[in-house]
Amino acid sequence: MTTQVSESNKTNSLFSSKNPLHLTIGILLITTVLVTLGNLLFPEGSALHVSDYTVSLLGKYLCYALLALAVDLVWGYCGILSLGHGAFFTLGGYAMGMYLMRQIGDRGVYGNPDLPDFMVFLNWTELPWFWAGSDSVLWMVCMVFLGPGLLAFIFGSLAFRSRVSGVYLSIMTQAMTYALMLAFFRNEMGFGGNNGLTDFKEIFGFSLQSPSTKLSLFIATAIALAIAYGICHFIVNSKMGRVVTAIRDAESRVRFVGYKPEHYKVWIFVVSAMLAGLAGALYVPQVGIINPGEFSPLNSIEMVIWVAVGGRNSLYGAIIGAVLVSYAKTRFTAIMPEAWLFALGGLFVLVTLLLPKGIAGLLPTIKQRLITKKDAPDTQQKGAKL
Amino acid sequence: MGRIFSLLFLLILSSQGHALQTDSSSSTALTPLLEQLPSTKLRAMGPLIEKIAQVKDVKTRHILQLMLDGELYYIKANKQLVQAVKAENRQYQLTDALTTEPVSVVKKSKISKVKTNNRLRSSLRSLIAKIDLTDDDKEVRLQAVKQLLDSPTKASTATISELIDKEPDQEVQELMQATMALQQLRDGEISEQITALNTLSGSLQPAVKNTIVNLLSNLQEGDLTEQQASLKLALQQTLDSIESQASFYGFIENIFFGLSLGSVLLLAAIGLAITFGVMGVINMAHGEMIMLGAYTTYVIQIAFPSIIEYSLLIAVPAAFLVSGLVGILIERGVIRFLKGRPLETLLATFGISLILQQLVRTVFSPLNRQVISPEWMSGSWQINPIFSLTFNRLYIILFSIMVFVSLLLILKKSSLGLHVRAVSQNRDMARALSIKSDWVDAITFGLGSGIAGIAGVVLSQLTNVGPNLGQAYIIDSFLVVVFGGVGNLWGTLVAAMSLGLTNKFLEPVTGSVLANIIVLVGLVLFIQKRPKGLFPQKGRAAD
Repeated sequence: MTTQVSESNKTNSLFSSKNPLHLTIGILLITTVLVTLGNLLFPEGSALHVSDYTVSLLGKYLCYALLALAVDLVWGYCGILSLGHGAFFTLGGYAMGMYLMRQIGDRGVYGNPDLPDFMVFLNWTELPWFWAGSDSVLWMVCMVFLGPGLLAFIFGSLAFRSRVSGVYLSIMTQAMTYALMLAFFRNEMGFGGNNGLTDFKEIFGFSLQSPSTKLSLFIATAIALAIAYGICHFIVNSKMGRVVTAIRDAESRVRFVGYKPEHYKVWIFVVSAMLAGLAGALYVPQVGIINPGEFSPLNSIEMVIWVAVGGRNSLYGAIIGAVLVSYAKTRFTAIMPEAWLFALGGLFVLVTLLLPKGIAGLLPTIKQRLITKKDAPDTQQKGAKL
Repeated sequence: MGRIFSLLFLLILSSQGHALQTDSSSSTALTPLLEQLPSTKLRAMGPLIEKIAQVKDVKTRHILQLMLDGELYYIKANKQLVQAVKAENRQYQLTDALTTEPVSVVKKSKISKVKTNNRLRSSLRSLIAKIDLTDDDKEVRLQAVKQLLDSPTKASTATISELIDKEPDQEVQELMQATMALQQLRDGEISEQITALNTLSGSLQPAVKNTIVNLLSNLQEGDLTEQQASLKLALQQTLDSIESQASFYGFIENIFFGLSLGSVLLLAAIGLAITFGVMGVINMAHGEMIMLGAYTTYVIQIAFPSIIEYSLLIAVPAAFLVSGLVGILIERGVIRFLKGRPLETLLATFGISLILQQLVRTVFSPLNRQVISPEWMSGSWQINPIFSLTFNRLYIILFSIMVFVSLLLILKKSSLGLHVRAVSQNRDMARALSIKSDWVDAITFGLGSGIAGIAGVVLSQLTNVGPNLGQAYIIDSFLVVVFGGVGNLWGTLVAAMSLGLTNKFLEPVTGSVLANIIVLVGLVLFIQKRPKGLFPQKGRAAD
């Protein structure tokens, strides 16, 4: 008995301590290197060749994984179910989109060196004030973090200070992204209205069409994801992270002990929003378009299902979930487009009913079973009793 | 002569024979006059059409109207009067002018137009107006006066002044007076104009306002004589009084639109007020319950096309049953396993909503479906020329209040309502008192979903019925419930109506999208300030 318990402790510790950090980052880096080599070394037609399309697709998945990480940070560790992370993601995307838009220069349809095409189309004569500086990289990088961060700060500090929580908060975040969607659909907003921002030509001077840029973007996304994972891991295991987890489990007690839960909540909400913004900024050059449709509440809720499938309360779970569900979506929408929403809907119901801890919750159990089988096949019955 | 013609007709167009025979007997007085039309010179045409107009016959007006529209032709071969409308390949589609039965399709050269000119046309117009003005039906007379009012002429005022004393109906008489006054205002001397203005001061007809504005703009230029100045003053005063009335009615109209939007919101949200407010279950598939109700209406109209008029009356209970049963199914199948885990409930029900949407898309196609409005829902209640209330909105307001009151009665007076409140306040205690809490949960959820289905029937009359119908209302519904205060039906009523009114009053200023956004942001800020809504629950039930 005692050996069994210590063994299961050991298996748990394999997944809960520092190991997942190394393991995840390791797997991520190996995948990146393999994909890069596959894309560069092997010629087209070879079985080991990774096509440019696949590279872009993988890059997109990694953006989603980063986004899922952001959602997991607030939902899994702080108990804030945000149905509005799509808003932060899209805002980051728009910041990048604005920069890319200005890089087009006079190569647009109308050939205006100062104004993006849609502004010429609307008969605007000069850039609106909020586009000022959008052609500099520094401005873009700042806006990618500042835009979503500021929105999260304002929204979060208002909501958390008046102790809006649980479902109310979820619905309000959903209303927020819905309102933003309506706003960005208007041409007068100055963000391209219905069509959004598209027709990008180059980023930092490199053509977006060339395979090497695509590969570099993929590698950049992988590195960003690894760093973000590291940051999240650090936050979650820091003292602050422990307070945040405590807030999730018993907010009132944390308050009685003398902490100010709203400060911690706002802080983690802002960090998460910035990560989402970064994901959006990496996403836009790889798919080549950003439009208000990304604000739609359905998108935000899809992010939540990634985390739910992968397993909240586990950072690597979020990544697994995002990649798996997105892959399933790509496959489904290609083979049977009709079935995708059935599958997604079913996933929502089944995961919440049968798999509350997600895939990450399954892993330790599976691992334990395997070890039990290998090491002590004769004690299987005992294990079952446990 | 007439006999010969009839015979000719019979010979040439034997298929038309039957209709012609029965018809010629009823318009004996008309026929000889009409036969003169093709051969009459333009100069003699005036007296002829006046003679025609004097014949009391249902066909008279039709013939004159055709002549006015330039569609009255005769076939060269047999002098038959026909209505000719251009068809394809430079052919003309001919219809018998008397019997209105199709004759044939011929080339232009086979037919010839009955001659008219401008002078004739204007007398035709006043003759037609006269025929309409002496019609036995009040509506026809009213329409005729309204048409004259838009462009009154000396001739038409002369006609009206003949008839005004014989007019039995007061409404028509008043309009006639207005028409005469308007004509004077347009063409009369300044003193006449001022007296005309006195008569017109209470009139809200758009033609009156247009005329005044025109006259005023003419008077702007150059120096004015004393008389002109006094006319200008009088014009300005009348215009002001018209405009203040118009803005008053505009205000009332806004309130009406706001209330009708509020009723729609109320219907959409009130089911949620039960499932979310009273039971505390977050049902993200609520919008799809609305959608199912709308599709039930569609299916009923498809299944029983012969009784479209009553389809809504059948659809209301049917939609209640369909959505209610689906609701019970969801509660029994999913929600009851997630009791006390609101975030999981939210996700699971969202999944259900996706499945239901896709189901509808697969079964009915992703395109919007057309739901027919029955006759009694269309039309409007014209209160005065610039203000009318459409029946469908009026019915919706009444209907939503009816639903609200009956729901309130169920919750407050019935034993089911007592049980629902008991379970929502203290489940264990209620169970200890032998209330079957599971059963109550299922029925309550069914009730809330069923009412969403009824909302769907109503929405099918206002918007397109498509798979995304429900999604458009889910966020609004939640906000209404939260804004009003969870678990408080009166709060839901007040919240829905005030949201509807705010939206409609903002719309003219900001445009509908921005109004929507402002309301959303305002609500979010309000909830920050008062998380428990307008009317928070007090006491033990509150937490």
